Amino acid sequence: MKKVTALALSLLLALSMTACGAEKPAASVAENTEATVEEAATETASTEEATEEISMKAGFIFLHDENSTYDLNFITAAEEACKKLGVEIVKKTNVPEGQECYEAACDLADAGCGIIFADSFGHEDYMIQAAQEYPDVQFCHATGTRAHTENLANYHNAFASIYEGRYLAGIAAGLKLNEMIANGDIKEDEAKMGYIGAFTYAEVISGYTSFFLGARSVCPSVTMEVTFTGSWYDETAEKEAANTLIGNGCVLISQHADSMGAPTACETAGVPNVSYNGSTASVAPNTFIVSSRINWEPYFEFAIKAAANGEAIPADWTGTIETGSVLLTEVGTAAAEGTQAAIDEASAKLVSGELKVFDTATFTVEGNALTTYMADVDTDAAYEGDHEAIVDGYFAESTDRSAPYFNVFIDGITLLDQAF
Amino acid sequence: MNEKVKEPLFHISKRDNIPPIKAWGIRVIAIILALIVCAIVTTILTGDNPLSVYATIIKGAFGSQRKTWVTFQNTAILLIISLALTPAFKMKFWNIGGEGQILAGGLASAACMIVLGDIVPNGLLILIMTASSLLAGAVWGLIPAVFKAKWNTNETLATLMMNYIAIRLVAYYTVIWEVPKGSGKIGVINQSTNAGWLPNIGNKYLLPIIVAAIVTIGMVIYLNYSRHGYEIAVVGESERTARYVGMKVNKVIIRTMLLSGALCGLAGLLLVGGVNHTVTTTITNNQGFTAVMVSWLAKFNPVTMIFTSLLIIFLDRGAGEISTAFGLNHSFSDIITGIILFFIIGCEFFISYKINFRKKAAKEEVSND
Repeated sequence: MKKVTALALSLLLALSMTACGAEKPAASVAENTEATVEEAATETASTEEATEEISMKAGFIFLHDENSTYDLNFITAAEEACKKLGVEIVKKTNVPEGQECYEAACDLADAGCGIIFADSFGHEDYMIQAAQEYPDVQFCHATGTRAHTENLANYHNAFASIYEGRYLAGIAAGLKLNEMIANGDIKEDEAKMGYIGAFTYAEVISGYTSFFLGARSVCPSVTMEVTFTGSWYDETAEKEAANTLIGNGCVLISQHADSMGAPTACETAGVPNVSYNGSTASVAPNTFIVSSRINWEPYFEFAIKAAANGEAIPADWTGTIETGSVLLTEVGTAAAEGTQAAIDEASAKLVSGELKVFDTATFTVEGNALTTYMADVDTDAAYEGDHEAIVDGYFAESTDRSAPYFNVFIDGITLLDQAF
Repeated sequence: MNEKVKEPLFHISKRDNIPPIKAWGIRVIAIILALIVCAIVTTILTGDNPLSVYATIIKGAFGSQRKTWVTFQNTAILLIISLALTPAFKMKFWNIGGEGQILAGGLASAACMIVLGDIVPNGLLILIMTASSLLAGAVWGLIPAVFKAKWNTNETLATLMMNYIAIRLVAYYTVIWEVPKGSGKIGVINQSTNAGWLPNIGNKYLLPIIVAAIVTIGMVIYLNYSRHGYEIAVVGESERTARYVGMKVNKVIIRTMLLSGALCGLAGLLLVGGVNHTVTTTITNNQGFTAVMVSWLAKFNPVTMIFTSLLIIFLDRGAGEISTAFGLNHSFSDIITGIILFFIIGCEFFISYKINFRKKAAKEEVSND
């Protein structure tokens, strides 16, 4: 059956090929040169391979393709890391969060990949399933939560201390508010920011709280309203949410969702915006302040090297400012004066440990300081706190596992809805 | 005089009976033309050798043992859905609510797995899952059928709208059952206990294939050799005739949609309990709509449907492989699939109709004289 179909089709192909060859001899000269250049590139890559002796392939599974800013961020990092190490890259894009992910992972393993990465939270269960089946292949999953409890030697999670990046972006926001107050555009008590989140998920809560604390560290009177869209990518919903917040009197907007909806709405309304996943200056040239993002290249490089050398990859790996995993873009034209210097200063303090983002002295919960908090670090059906997160007067984020688990609702931030 | 001036360049006439060999000849020509156009597009857009692109398509579907199994498994699921829609189509009841009926069935099995997973023994759980997903799918098909039978509402709109209700229901339960809280996904259900996972027969891909084989044989018998099948055919030809010969048309509509919905529910059961072990709003992957095309392409013939569903899955899997192998955007493979389907669907026109050009027509007229 299979053979017959294959035979029949190849016959057709042969036929069509001859027909086409006659018709189109010179049409694709330009494209052909491009192809040759690419081939040359892979050739150099393979020579490097020989010198560095990494003869392994690295497989990558992406939820969407380069049209999504979230996936583009991963794709760029993957290509960069593989090029640097001279490793052959095999990419699978548009892999949904279902059995297809398992099939894709097994497919990559069958194709000889020594290490396989997946980029979306919903891929995790299927990556674990594949990891159980291929004990000799390393499986690395970004943003996942289960590696530290799964006890699989070849399954790993990774994230970055992006809350530090958001804190720094928050400083830029706070300085902008200060500038607006100084200019007399708004009064001190009108310094209200708006934030568009995807879900009431720890990663989002950790993100907007750190952003808020960063802003409040320079602008003490700031408050914030948060709304959720119920989707990681919904341009219309994000745009509408931004407009609602602006209507509520928010004078600065930030977001944790992946579309250009919020930046576009801000540009139209002339409201300054702090974005995520990379610069949005192209759609919001007059209102873009700064953007934070995770750079996955250091992790990819580290993990591929470790896998090639047979070294152990930790169950959880948290990238930091120091490893180059947490990046801020250049500040935009809308940023206040001295923003870059303030960011650099705070960044140095975060690296040295002098400054802690979730310092319990800087925030209260229902009027009280947080002295103890059991965070839900282990993914189980109980949804109960299982790890004490307050250490030495601060909430230790991303230390018990790489994915964020700060999910405290602090004073000063109003949630408009919690449906998602 | 006027007649001569007005005579068009060509005119189209319906073919009554075209010999099967000629029909297949037209289809083969269409596929060859499609491949030629694809080759031209590929060369112009990417500069890649079309031959290697085609080879990659075949590799994507049958390149390894695992790929071959997955291709057949996906074909089986699509085939079941297509077979489910077929009796309704034969009755000229345009059930485009496959998506909703599959999701209803899938949601029912997921609910059983989550709620009863730790309570009842596995064998019983699977029985309950099967019963409830068939029932849920049937109910989803029944509602538009009742409206059609009682008040002659438009079934196309009704079944379509039922899809969105099912999608939102799944979204609602996703928020209730999500793990961990706030993540917006249910994840693999009972991953540690495997409770409610349909058993592996031989390997994990075989079960849907066996089910599809049984459903295909059953459908051939049901449509061609049973009284129900005959009634469906008569109602499809003409409701009035059916009434005239004393058939209870409403009963036939409702009964057929119960069957159609239940079989979609069965596909939902296989998708949730057998393949994905989770439920999401996108788990059907639009197959409820793809199946419409599969069923039509096969002219509602269950055996032909084996090949049309295989063709669609083959193109789909091959297209995915192109984007991996050539580093092309997924959209490119969609273009290729689109071109091929355009030709295949388009050629049906030339099978049903004949184009008569002026000269030939004139000659015919003469000879008629």
